[in-house]
Amino acid sequence: MSAVDPSTPRPSWLARLWNFIVELWGVLRRPSSVFGLGALVFAGFVAGVIFWGGFNTALEITNTEKFCTGCHEMKDNVFAELKSTAHFSNRSGVRASCPDCHVPHNWTDKIARKMQASKEVWGHLFGTIDTREKFKDHRLELALHEWARLKANDSLECRNCHSSESMDITKQSPRASVAHQRFLFTSEKTCIDCHKGIAHQLPDMKGVPGWQ
Amino acid sequence: MIGKPFVLLLAIALAAGSSSLLAQSLNSGLRGPTPLNEEGPAPPMTPMRNTSEKEVRNYPEQPPVIPHSVEGYQIDINGNKCLSCHARARTGESNAPMVSITHFMDRDGQFLSTVSPRRFFCTSCHVPQNVVKAPIANDFIDVDTLISRATPGGRR
Repeated sequence: MSAVDPSTPRPSWLARLWNFIVELWGVLRRPSSVFGLGALVFAGFVAGVIFWGGFNTALEITNTEKFCTGCHEMKDNVFAELKSTAHFSNRSGVRASCPDCHVPHNWTDKIARKMQASKEVWGHLFGTIDTREKFKDHRLELALHEWARLKANDSLECRNCHSSESMDITKQSPRASVAHQRFLFTSEKTCIDCHKGIAHQLPDMKGVPGWQ
Repeated sequence: MIGKPFVLLLAIALAAGSSSLLAQSLNSGLRGPTPLNEEGPAPPMTPMRNTSEKEVRNYPEQPPVIPHSVEGYQIDINGNKCLSCHARARTGESNAPMVSITHFMDRDGQFLSTVSPRRFFCTSCHVPQNVVKAPIANDFIDVDTLISRATPGGRR
């Protein structure tokens, strides 16, 4: 008996997929006749550890500066600009890396941000900002995203390092001390309201509140 | 006709002259004691004065100096960090002195609504001050003192 019967037409790919799913479901819900319950539970546990560990390891790898600057868009534009600022080079040698400011540290928020970042992978693949000129054209849009994010979470990523509790205003310049007491301690403003363009160059600031 | 001893003498004189020139040191406050043909050590960099206390002008036309640090302040086609405090509309929050109205005037004498492009680059005239001891003594006398000295019975 031949598998291909010319008299009956081959079922469509949708029907074949459906048949496969039904068969798979049948296998999955049938109790195992070969492996013991203990073996199955143990195998499931080991597979779970490997999957979860692998997932988090991969997540951490994508959360490093080396990974971020692996794309020339980041390396030649924003990372190059960061190097001359206080967040890269300063007297104490403590520095911020890309994810310190741009990825939330909290797990749920981090996953949400990572899902958003799939848009950035798209942008990389299709060369949205693959030249300096294209990057400059998009700089305002990119900056607006980050400003909006920091404004919405009350500058959480700034506050991961800079806490207003530990801020000794007597050690600050008179200008900074007055401004922090008036705007920061009263929660009238959040960090990003005043401190824009501290780690990267600014886009065209026309129309941005507080700028001319 | 030049004799051999003369040439020898000339050579010695030249050598002596050039070596004394090379060894000469200029005692300048700016250069230090380094000989002229050597590059001295660079003076240490000093922080910007950051007291925010208004500094009195030395003469009426002097662009006021900046009494605070302006490190990393971006002033270019995209934005002007100085104006985020010193612009007219920003002075309420910042308590900073407003940019003088003279800066709103274009080259035809027309007053614009904001800083004129030709006066946009603040640090062309206004400069921050570094905490240094003046390397050269300065005997500048301000005009008030000068007038007072010229007045009979004035302060000398």
